[in-house]
Amino acid sequence: MSLSDSLYQEVLLDHYQNPRHHGKMEHSDLHQEGVNPLCGDEVELFLKLKGDIISEISFVGKGCSISQASASMLTDSLYGKTISEAKSLLQEFKGMLLEDKAPNFPEEYEDLESMEAVKKIPARIKCATLAWNTLEKAIGK
Amino acid sequence: MSFDLEKIRRDFPILSTQMNGKPLVFLDSAASSQKPKSVIDTIRKYYEAENANIHRGIYYLSQKATEKYEMTRIKTSRFIGAACAKVVIFTRNTTESINLVAQSWGRTNIHEGDEIVLTELEHHSNLVPWQMLAQEKQAVLKFIPLNQDSTLDLSNLDEIITERVKLVALAQMSNVTGTIHDLSAIIRRAREVGAKVLIDGAQGICHLPTNVQKEDFDFYTFSAHKMLGPTGVGVLYAKEEILDTMPPWMGGGDMISKVWKEKSTYADLPARLEAGTPNISGVIGFGAALEYLESVGMQEIRNHELELLQYALDRLEDFGGLELYGTNDLSKRGGVISFNFPGVHPHDVGSILDEEGIAIRVGHHCAQPFMDFKGIAGTCRASFYLYNTKEDVDSLLVGLKKVKEIFGRVLKR
Repeated sequence: MSLSDSLYQEVLLDHYQNPRHHGKMEHSDLHQEGVNPLCGDEVELFLKLKGDIISEISFVGKGCSISQASASMLTDSLYGKTISEAKSLLQEFKGMLLEDKAPNFPEEYEDLESMEAVKKIPARIKCATLAWNTLEKAIGK
Repeated sequence: MSFDLEKIRRDFPILSTQMNGKPLVFLDSAASSQKPKSVIDTIRKYYEAENANIHRGIYYLSQKATEKYEMTRIKTSRFIGAACAKVVIFTRNTTESINLVAQSWGRTNIHEGDEIVLTELEHHSNLVPWQMLAQEKQAVLKFIPLNQDSTLDLSNLDEIITERVKLVALAQMSNVTGTIHDLSAIIRRAREVGAKVLIDGAQGICHLPTNVQKEDFDFYTFSAHKMLGPTGVGVLYAKEEILDTMPPWMGGGDMISKVWKEKSTYADLPARLEAGTPNISGVIGFGAALEYLESVGMQEIRNHELELLQYALDRLEDFGGLELYGTNDLSKRGGVISFNFPGVHPHDVGSILDEEGIAIRVGHHCAQPFMDFKGIAGTCRASFYLYNTKEDVDSLLVGLKKVKEIFGRVLKR
């Protein structure tokens, strides 16, 4: 698969064009900015928590289709989940891209699986992982 | 001699390789040029038959290596029109040459309240060293602003370059927009106030016939790897009377005259500013690159690039929907084209072109202040050199059509 692969294109471009949970959030419990200094991609994450549950989540950012689509998929996947579920999803996602592990996501996360295509474009892996690294910093605080 | 493009292309082995199963279309020479066989062979020959350290050995190999290394210094001084070879200092790259000036000349001559003038189009190499020096010395950085077409706005030059200015540092040609600056007006004004002028020739020397004495540069910096030579070799030229006053910035072997336990005296130029074992094979390979450029002719290279530039600009205009940056006055422009698909990030364009075997540079090109000026994240940049063809431009256009197909939905926004 590659950027010009049609299936990948469809999912990626849909998230890029119609980002989910997009916008700044007032009074968030967790807020984290992330940047890729070499390419200038930016992602800012906002989370509100009810106990251990992510009750609200949003992002803003600017950058390429992969960095912004990945952020959109992240927010979509984590909405309503617990912090520990977020952590395991984070491990799964980064493992898929950085450690060449086969993706093993539950069915509801099939959009995330489409990101496996980025492995074929090594220069862009850092774009795909930006939002997830940002999440890691946010929940690690 | 005539400009024989077919022959030139045959001299560059990489141009006949494949990328992702497709013929390589290399349009990123502004980042680093490809190398002709003569340069590659010269480096191989050095390691196979001539390798030894220089300036030390009494034996044949060392003498031979020293001779070849110093011959490149002479060739370089001729190539840029310097008065003699000892005003050519070898460094690792343009960045190191600029840092050398900042750390040696700058720390001696820039004081609190002094001003350094740059432009809004500088790449980070000619920005960050001055920021560091200004912070250390509490000096002030000032910037010559830009016109919308990326040429310099020189209308307020007298107000910007005042008596407080000690240095004006700017690129000969922009790595982002290809703009060739009108240096004469700036140098004239610098002379009026007694300021020194540093010209960052990283993009200039490879494309434009340049004579440092005629053009009256105080400092001139460039890198071998952008002009057919190997990586890891840079040049600092400065007027001899300036170099004479510059203290060493790195201490070590080769730069000394006499060493005691507590102190040392320093060598004469150019050794005083070249501490340690240098990139010997690189410098010798650079000599072969200079010979190659001279055999083709810098004016011929410039003419060829202008032809490509005109052809490419026309085709990109006709393509429609692209945002193009830089002036249309080709007398003020080298073979660099920066553009954007509004709505598509440059990295996405770069990845799709890569699949087609087309290498361009995408991103901020280490010139973030310019991106801020334009309010963009980055650009797609296609840059030409002597070995590029109109067919390369045609391939680029085919690749861009593919981008348009893939990102059609986004582009319609």
